[in-house]
Amino acid sequence: MEPIYVPFREANSFYRNLYDLFAEWSFWGVSPIPDWLAYFLAGFLIVFAVVNTVVIVTTIGTWVERRLIGRFQSRLGPNRWGPWGLLTPVADAVKLLSKEDTRPEGVDRWVFNLAPLVFIVSPLLVFAVIPFGKNTYIANLNIGILFIIAVTTVPTIAMFMAGWASGNRYSLFGAMRGVAQLVSYEVPMVLSIVGVLLLAGSLSLVDIVEAQRIPFILLQPLGFFIFLLAISAEMNRSPFDIVEADSELVAGFHTEYSGMKWGTFQLAEFIAPFGAASIITTLFLKGWDGPLLPSHLWFFLKVCFVWFVLLWIRATLPRLRVDQIMGLAWKFLFPLGILNLFITAAEVLVWETPTTVQLWAMVGINWVIAIVCLVAVSHLMSDKLSTRAPLAPFPVRVRRDLREVR
Amino acid sequence: MSLSLVVFYLLGAVCLGGAVGVVVSRNVVHSALLLLVSLMGVAGLYLLLLAEFLALVQVLIYGGAITIIVLFVIMLTRVQEFRAMKDNPQWPLAVVAALAMFVLLAAAMIKGAPSETTRQSVSFEELGSSLFTQWAVPFEVASLVLLVALIGAIVIAREGGEE
Repeated sequence: MEPIYVPFREANSFYRNLYDLFAEWSFWGVSPIPDWLAYFLAGFLIVFAVVNTVVIVTTIGTWVERRLIGRFQSRLGPNRWGPWGLLTPVADAVKLLSKEDTRPEGVDRWVFNLAPLVFIVSPLLVFAVIPFGKNTYIANLNIGILFIIAVTTVPTIAMFMAGWASGNRYSLFGAMRGVAQLVSYEVPMVLSIVGVLLLAGSLSLVDIVEAQRIPFILLQPLGFFIFLLAISAEMNRSPFDIVEADSELVAGFHTEYSGMKWGTFQLAEFIAPFGAASIITTLFLKGWDGPLLPSHLWFFLKVCFVWFVLLWIRATLPRLRVDQIMGLAWKFLFPLGILNLFITAAEVLVWETPTTVQLWAMVGINWVIAIVCLVAVSHLMSDKLSTRAPLAPFPVRVRRDLREVR
Repeated sequence: MSLSLVVFYLLGAVCLGGAVGVVVSRNVVHSALLLLVSLMGVAGLYLLLLAEFLALVQVLIYGGAITIIVLFVIMLTRVQEFRAMKDNPQWPLAVVAALAMFVLLAAAMIKGAPSETTRQSVSFEELGSSLFTQWAVPFEVASLVLLVALIGAIVIAREGGEE
């Protein structure tokens, strides 16, 4: 049988080894497992393991997150169930699963029910191309980073589906804000990734990790900063959580959801920071590479650290206003992203294969440029971002209508 | 029947089903979402042809941008302003266009049908270098079209702001 999709069967990968194990397993000289079944079994087992690991880590993550945010806000956080409240996630899951799943009248049934499923696909798919350790990945796509960019656009649609199908104005407002925000922040995010790609010379995440002689956070401080902000916005976490701003929109696009459908949205939103932390670790922190400890442990530790930083940002900064968020994306991050791209391209052009000294010179130049640019642009932009920009121009015909009414 | 043929028929069904749904559905938002389903089916077909780059760009551009724009337009259009239409006076033109397209595709299929399909994956580097050397002019023309659209959008936005 011809393979449907060749890259998955690349030699030396996790997948290939498992596939070989199944395909070559023989029983008195007959191998009972046909080729396609081995292909399917290997794939299923790996995906099953990865998805469940991610969900279990996320479940523990919710407890850690809530306890830590409690600390940040001078309160205790959940501490009722089990020692230090460790069983809180279990209690939450039981509650959500046994809760009645109400569906308000007037919702669009199909779209309403599909939205949570579409929403959770993307944060899980991100893990398909991330190298968790040396030679440990589900797929080494030669365009892995493009896969991640493509997959992170899916929640936009899911958010719109949820908000629109709910038939609730708050939901629709939340969804429209979310869509506008996600589409805007995609641009600086991709621009900041391109800097990394120029340095690594490859789009495969496995190759990007191996190309990092020193972590790219040193070579790309500006890119890292932009990416950190853009990915926070993509996850709709404070300070960018206008999508579900509770004081304005009840809960934004998932106001009308209850029971496990709501739980699915929450699960996806709690998985997303782990996905983001994995991407940042891979792109900027040299991935699984590190001295002494095994590679998988290094990866996990780095992911936990980045996850904590993301949590720290969330716990510290207050929510921005809608127009400020758009201004930040288009007037602040976008120009800086283009600048970063040009500087990196120039450096790669001048030093095609840099020696160690040149590499460190690059680090110095980039840090100076990053700090100068951040300070200068934030001074330049501060008045333009913090005062209320004139409201988005009303379509002319609406104003004409208003005049007629008067 | 090989497995990839089965996958091909499934994806083809998704494409065609979505496309029929777009036309048949009475709810315009459903139409937009079904359009997305159809386009994702096309992305799957690209994947089947080992054109991963094209497939991902299809997801990124059509899933992330085009459908969103369509939905935005639907949201920003006020239905009350337009007369409900059950029939489109342009239908003869549409029939001619559809038939012409059908003849063209059928001719292409009959004439250029490959005797044996050799699927092969093209590396991203190859794709990039041919795009920026051999096909540089069409590429630039496409970007010019986008630039014009961008300037047009800014002009329209500014018209609303001043008075």
